Amino acid sequence: MIPEIGHFALIVALCMALVQGTLPLVGAARGIPRWMALARPVAQGQFVFVVISYACLTYAFIHSDFSVLYVAEHSNSALPLIYRIAGVWGGHEGSLLLWILMLSIWMLAVTVFSRHLPEEMVARVLGVMGLVSVGFLCFIIFTSDPFQRLLPAAPDGQDLNPLLQDPGLAIHPPMLYMGYVGFSVAFAFAIAALLGGKLDATWARWSRPWTTVAWMFLTCGIALGSWWSYYVLGWGGWWFWDPVENASFMPWLVGTALIHSLAVTEKRGSFKSWTVLLAIFAFSLSLLGTFLVRSGVLTSVHSFASDPKRGLFILIFLVIVVGSSLMLYAWRAPKVGLGGSFAMVSRESLLLANNVLFTTAAATVLLGTLAPLFVDALVAVGVLGPTNKISVGAPYFNLVFVPIMFFAVFLMAVGPIAKWKKANVPEMAARLKWGGVTSVVIAVIMPFLLGHWSWLVSLGILMAFWIIFAVAQGMWERLQRTRSDRSWLGRLAGLPKSFLGMQLAHLGVAVFILGVTVIGGYEVGKDVRMNIGDTVEVGGYTFRFDGVMSVPGPNYQASRGIIKVFKDGVPLEELHPEKRVYRVQRQPMTNAAIDSGLFRHLFVALGEPVGNGSWSVRVYYKPLVSWIWLGCVMMALGGLLAISDRRYRTLARKQRELLKSGADLDVPPTTPKPALTRAEAKP
Amino acid sequence: MKQFFAVLLMLFAWSVHAYAKEAEPVMGNEALQERVMTLAGELRCLVCQGESLAESHSDFAKDMLSKIRALIEQGKTNQEVKDYLVARYGDFILYRPPFSGITAYIWVAPFVLAVAGAGLLIFNIRRRRERVKVTPLSAEEQARVNSLLKEDTGDSKAVMASEGDRP
Amino acid sequence: MMRFLIPLVVFVVLVGFLWKGLALDPSEVPTPLLNKPAPAFKLQELQNASQTLSPANLRGKVWLLNVWASWCVSCREEHPVLLRYSRSGEVPIYGLNYKDTRDDALRWLQQFGNPYVANGFDTDGQVGIDYGVYGVPETYVIDRQGVIRHKHIGPITDAVWQDEIMPIVRKLKG
Repeated sequence: MIPEIGHFALIVALCMALVQGTLPLVGAARGIPRWMALARPVAQGQFVFVVISYACLTYAFIHSDFSVLYVAEHSNSALPLIYRIAGVWGGHEGSLLLWILMLSIWMLAVTVFSRHLPEEMVARVLGVMGLVSVGFLCFIIFTSDPFQRLLPAAPDGQDLNPLLQDPGLAIHPPMLYMGYVGFSVAFAFAIAALLGGKLDATWARWSRPWTTVAWMFLTCGIALGSWWSYYVLGWGGWWFWDPVENASFMPWLVGTALIHSLAVTEKRGSFKSWTVLLAIFAFSLSLLGTFLVRSGVLTSVHSFASDPKRGLFILIFLVIVVGSSLMLYAWRAPKVGLGGSFAMVSRESLLLANNVLFTTAAATVLLGTLAPLFVDALVAVGVLGPTNKISVGAPYFNLVFVPIMFFAVFLMAVGPIAKWKKANVPEMAARLKWGGVTSVVIAVIMPFLLGHWSWLVSLGILMAFWIIFAVAQGMWERLQRTRSDRSWLGRLAGLPKSFLGMQLAHLGVAVFILGVTVIGGYEVGKDVRMNIGDTVEVGGYTFRFDGVMSVPGPNYQASRGIIKVFKDGVPLEELHPEKRVYRVQRQPMTNAAIDSGLFRHLFVALGEPVGNGSWSVRVYYKPLVSWIWLGCVMMALGGLLAISDRRYRTLARKQRELLKSGADLDVPPTTPKPALTRAEAKP
Repeated sequence: MKQFFAVLLMLFAWSVHAYAKEAEPVMGNEALQERVMTLAGELRCLVCQGESLAESHSDFAKDMLSKIRALIEQGKTNQEVKDYLVARYGDFILYRPPFSGITAYIWVAPFVLAVAGAGLLIFNIRRRRERVKVTPLSAEEQARVNSLLKEDTGDSKAVMASEGDRP
Repeated sequence: MMRFLIPLVVFVVLVGFLWKGLALDPSEVPTPLLNKPAPAFKLQELQNASQTLSPANLRGKVWLLNVWASWCVSCREEHPVLLRYSRSGEVPIYGLNYKDTRDDALRWLQQFGNPYVANGFDTDGQVGIDYGVYGVPETYVIDRQGVIRHKHIGPITDAVWQDEIMPIVRKLKG
């Protein structure tokens, strides 16, 4: 009964999405207020029915209803409750329902936080999101129904993939999808602007917070995915340039370019058509990612079970959405106008150079990910011989990424101190001189202190410290201009949040680079055969193997190793790496034991038993590995700070008042000024 | 008596410790293991395809590692081992694609893209400057601008000072 | 004006490739052994350890070598197809039992049927490596001179048998 309600709720949601995707858009084009006003309530109604549907599927999971095919394929009666709840999104159909749920949450957010926007804009934005929703709902109802029945019901389920039975599953996909799907809002704003024919700084100001929030979620989602694979996959890698990972990274790269581009458009009204194009690209890449992961077109360790029929559906959907957006763009963008002009070296041009770099990076990742497919297709039509088959992996991506990022990092210090319209190059050089020289000195010396010298490590340290000094200097200069009668903390808190957010996010990049550089250059690992009592020394720590015991789990049988860790003879900890065999799927899983610290991780994983109670064991010393994810968290927090800037709240309030008084919003608002803090008011 | 047992216990514990030793590398020989793993890093796991034999944990990778080890113990050089596997699995088993044919385009593409992008940007900025003419404000308009700014902030200097810095 | 169409054009080209890609299997690795002599081996026969299986003894025949294992799920998918076509007798199917135990393999054949004329017992997988086997099931078509003329990766379906394998077999038989 419940699954049928869930299925029915999806159909109702589809009907509402159809209404939402048509009437408001027509209403906005023809000026029919009643149709435009439909957008908000219909979107909220859609949200309600999607939630009902999702709740029904979760109910089926929690109550182990194996008469539902999807539940039988991905669950088991012995599965712990948390994984019965999180397992809802462990397979294709359920994760698609999660996608739709996220989309409806974003639509709800738009209905709530858009009171200060003109009705036409809201109608168009919700209309476009409604159309996207129609596509996904059709996809799920017609090709991937999670509520399909299995009759007769299975006696028990096939269990959730053991790799997914981990707390990481509970948070990574929802965060990731919030990000992916969030770019649909930026996309909808872009399309709405193109449809309305009005593309100006105000539009940029409206879409910026939405884009930043989506970007924040995506940053966290990707970082969580990386962290999760690090501790689950048993040998401590944190990024594999796997097609599915790349599918999430490409929208992030374009999203970063978009945030920076919106800054230019908001502030100076320039490069509007580029910003709109980036918004279209960001969401297109999200959709492309969905296609790549579910169509079987690429080999990946994490793609869902692939089905070319489903792939065809998504491809057609992709063609419709992206194709029509790009056609709209080609039609309307030329009329948008150029905006202000600026010098060859100015903050605008530097931000745009940054965009070129990030877009190139995204294009490179796309090329590398799809290259094998291109070659296979060319082989299939006879243009190339079969021995040309290629696979593009980590060596390629790592190599091409470094130079691109090097230039982006350089700009990270120069951009914030460049003036709008025309930058003063000698002045900037003078300001950056000391930071630059000191970074070079540190970069040359530090590798020796850390162990051994290498070009790559030195380069990484140079990039990181270049940013760190630029941030420190920027903060110092800014603080100097605030009133000296306040405490430092008070003055810090008084600085504009968008400025602080930027500095924090850039600092996060530096932290990330340090993490990647140090672990890349100084990680030490050993793969050894250990008898009881044997020790191995790695990274200054001693690891002693004290045997393996058999431990039953709720739905698995584990061999648990006992490893004692010593430093300079002092016992520190006991680690318990496990080798688990899950009773239903019988796939052996390696669960590494990690002693995590801010400055290093000690990573131990069991290999195979080699007879007589001895086992092969992998032991790693991983310095600064947690800085990789710490850096990402800092980036996301920077974004959070930036959107809490008063200007958005002030503007929102002002515009609400203006709207209430019936004023014409065509006049661009005066530059909103945050109320001057006491620190900044002149004496 | 107690002391005797204590000493015996100590001797026993010490002897067990003496038996426990520094663990050996999995392949029994540090040099052999390193050579196998270095070679494995240059060969692809055909099951996981994105990973090298050194990174992969599939059964296929394990079999390949044993094979490589066996070949090395037979006295083959690194190149001979690679040739042996390429004869059976094709060029695809080499992890790092040779810089030839299609792959050359792929290696070069990012740099071409970046340069093209930079060129496009510069071209665009130049053209924009020619297209957009900034008309200077008349004295009256300038006065209006100043008074508007003053009224907005109450302090024109604060605006000017921070003009260049607000993100 | 024209330059605003560039993103659209690039997108259309991309879609073309993706659409083609839907019909392909990205994990297929082409074999370098095509049109080369089938690697020699002499393996114990699965059902009768005193007998051996060797390609040398199969000269003069066109035959299929099917690599399978009892632990392989996809092999069970193709098994009924192999059974059905083995009965027609058009082409003999020889099996290479890959990385399996004798008991498991025999039990599997008993449970699901035996389409094979004979089976080589390659328990350590060394012969598989010589043939470039990296997954199961895989099937080779070998001609009268002992040369490999075709390799199919993945389970054999009716369509694969009719459209891919049998045309080659018939051509080789002359």
